[in-house]
Amino acid sequence: MADQGTGSGTDVEKYDAAVPTGTGIVTSDRIENPGFEPVRLRVSELDPKKDKANERRVALMFGLSMIGSAGAIAAYIIFPIVPGDPGSVRTNTFLLGLGLALGLFGIGFGAVHWAKSLMDGHDLVEFRHGTRGSDATRAKAAEVFHLGNKESGIGRRHLIRNTLIGALVFFPLPGIVVFRDLAPAADPNQLLKFTMWKKGTRLTKDPSGVPIKASDVTLGSVFHVIPDGLNDLPDKLEQKAKAAVLLMRLKPEDLHVSKGRESWNYQGIIAYSKICTHVGCPVALYEQQTHHLLCPCHQSTFDITHEAEVIFGPANRPLPQLPITIDSEGYLVAQSDFHEPVGPSFWERKH
Amino acid sequence: MTVDTTAAAAAPATGESDLPPTTGTRVTNWAANYIDERTSISGLVKELGRKIFPDHWSFMLGEVALYSFVVILLSGTFLTFFFQPSMAVVTYNGSYAPLKGIQMSTALSSTLNISFDVRGGLLLRQVHHWAALLFIAAIGLHMLRIYFTGAFRKPREINWIIGFVLFILALAEGFTGYSLPDDLLSGNGLRIINGMVEGIPVVGTWIDYLLFGGEFPGTAIIGRFYSLHILLLPAILVAALGAHMVLLIVNKHTQFAGPGRTEGNVVGSPIMPVFAAKAGGFFFIIFGVIMLTASFVTINPVWLYGPYDPSPISAGTQPDWYIGFADGALRLVPPHWEFMLGPYTVSMNIIIPILVLLVLLALVAAYPFFEAWVTGDKREHHIADRPRNAPTRTAIGAAGVTFYGVLWAAASSDLIATHFMLTVESVIHVLQALLIVGPFISYHVAKRICIALQKKDREVALHGFESGRIVRLPGGEYVEVHEQLSDYERWKLVSFDDNAPIMLRPNKDGKITAGARLRARASNWFFEDRIAPVSLTEIEQQHHEHAAVES
Ligand code: FES
Repeated sequence: MADQGTGSGTDVEKYDAAVPTGTGIVTSDRIENPGFEPVRLRVSELDPKKDKANERRVALMFGLSMIGSAGAIAAYIIFPIVPGDPGSVRTNTFLLGLGLALGLFGIGFGAVHWAKSLMDGHDLVEFRHGTRGSDATRAKAAEVFHLGNKESGIGRRHLIRNTLIGALVFFPLPGIVVFRDLAPAADPNQLLKFTMWKKGTRLTKDPSGVPIKASDVTLGSVFHVIPDGLNDLPDKLEQKAKAAVLLMRLKPEDLHVSKGRESWNYQGIIAYSKICTHVGCPVALYEQQTHHLLCPCHQSTFDITHEAEVIFGPANRPLPQLPITIDSEGYLVAQSDFHEPVGPSFWERKH
Repeated sequence: MTVDTTAAAAAPATGESDLPPTTGTRVTNWAANYIDERTSISGLVKELGRKIFPDHWSFMLGEVALYSFVVILLSGTFLTFFFQPSMAVVTYNGSYAPLKGIQMSTALSSTLNISFDVRGGLLLRQVHHWAALLFIAAIGLHMLRIYFTGAFRKPREINWIIGFVLFILALAEGFTGYSLPDDLLSGNGLRIINGMVEGIPVVGTWIDYLLFGGEFPGTAIIGRFYSLHILLLPAILVAALGAHMVLLIVNKHTQFAGPGRTEGNVVGSPIMPVFAAKAGGFFFIIFGVIMLTASFVTINPVWLYGPYDPSPISAGTQPDWYIGFADGALRLVPPHWEFMLGPYTVSMNIIIPILVLLVLLALVAAYPFFEAWVTGDKREHHIADRPRNAPTRTAIGAAGVTFYGVLWAAASSDLIATHFMLTVESVIHVLQALLIVGPFISYHVAKRICIALQKKDREVALHGFESGRIVRLPGGEYVEVHEQLSDYERWKLVSFDDNAPIMLRPNKDGKITAGARLRARASNWFFEDRIAPVSLTEIEQQHHEHAAVES
């Protein structure tokens, strides 16, 4: 067997002699391929008793597989799901899966063991042929194209060819245009620039919607806030994705307030958009000691004492601040909407 | 097809064909005849039935991917019978008590019903998820195997590209599928996608608006992802997979060097029966492993996360592992990478990571063509390289793996920080530095290791290995006897190709172009420090010296 495999003369080798080797060095000083090692017989080929034992083993595994599959059916029936009892779900899942796994493993290990211990395991050799077609075949293929060209005249009749190309370029365009109605007619830029906060909208607790009194907000506390009336909206999630706010109270002397924002806090109570200016996760982690807000998605960190400016992480902009005050009953209300779009940056944000 | 059946003939003959036909064989014969007269399938069986597949553990990685895909199809089909891809809001009223009365999308409520009201539903959900994770992992490892053994070289470059497409499709399938239950965790994943798409210059806002069918989260995305997840992506995936297998058959499998194995043959087991039994059995084993894992280990417990809501989130949330490299890329961006271009906002903190990922993927796809250009080699290669015998390729691969690994680790920066009691800042800074220098370090270390291993191979091929037997020479000194290798053993160490850099030569107009210069330089870099395989002369010389010492 050995020499047949190593002898040269397959297509691959013949063809390869004619193609550039690039940087490959073909040296005459190569060590020769020693050819195949002599074949060694397996124990089971020499010993009929071992052969029989292996046969029994394979059959045993196939038998176990049947038991496993039958067990799976039994588990399905005997261990139903009891409504309201998560334990029963676990039992059902576990036993059903165990039976199925046994059914699968039995077949799998049986077949592999059969192949390894009982089937003829000696290596066989197949010659490779060059991947390219033979010269004759390639000539025939070229001829096909030649005839196609000649008989249709596509290479000659330029008018037909060019108009066809034009038609093929145009025909998918309607297919692109019809995707416009994937979303409603409105302009997303306008939608992204406004939230439902208005002058006088009460700040309420998320998710209950209970309004918050300034006196409820003690020093060091933090509230997750939604605008009053949000829970009754049909597009509640879309509005919440823009309007969610964090409310905190700091000592007024800890706040570094910039010009024009002096009236935006109410006695040290401040409200900032909860939507990260990076890619929009809720900035939900507040470190009381440092007055830092941390976004759990990519660890952008905002310093509340400095109007939520970014001190770490991939975000660029501070969280927008919601100007607040109190109404006649002492409840916290918005003075207006945010003064800039909330959430992730987008191309037309400042446009 | 030429098949050497000498070995088969050497096996004990069973003589079954001499027996008179039993009922069983008569039925099979009849059926075979019936089908062949209507399909001429006998030609196919003759062509493929005894095709040879070489054996090596690393060749099974692709099989694992294929088989887990079959498991994905089976379990996924079952899930479609119960899952409702709708974002219409319902009040949950199923068996999972803690969420009773909570408002959620129909998608999540049907996912909960699959988990808590359908027998075997949770099991198959977990089978589906585990199989998907295994699928992507196996594809990744399979690609690494192909890369590091040079199995992407001619004539397999196209199949590398198809395989690459399969990898991308698998990632897309993974992400769309992960999003379908519409739970808090997957919703936050979608939120990140939403923010990233919005960050794309010029068209981002509109693409995002169209994708989500209005403002985020809208009521369309789950249904749309469902169409992609169960229809469009799998259809392309199956077609690409078919092409992948057809080319595998056309090109035949690569094999590692070994005695008797050449570029012109393929040595191994025939499909019928050995490979079929092994591969078929292996499918059931993979299926079994997934099934067992799914019945023991909970994955994606959406009932603990609850419905999506843009406001809450829990610390330490992680995407599925295969998305990690993308998430990590976002995390490694330093603050304030955003600027204004007139009235427009340019979010480099999003554009750069997206570009980095695209370039990384493009380099992976293009590598076979790059190497072909550097080596100028137009021959077919069917003998897989040992990684050490292509040190520069291996080093580039190590650099790539390091780059990917750092991105991937960055996705867990917060967990790393809490686990090792560091600050997130310091972890990110270390990873930022590693992302830049890590690949260079890996490149050089891998290259040195390869060359050291090659030197060791030479040493062993020439002088044999240390036998552990010490003898005393007549002069009184002690030496350890070296055992020579057999020709077969030596062949594995010396059978690789030698290469020299491309020489800079003027083209036919007598000019040296800039392209040629670049290529020569690249080729020089690719083959510098190379170690030539042991030659025949060296072996003979060594034998003489050896004989001289002995006498
Ligand atoms: S979304 Fe907040 S850091 Fe990325």
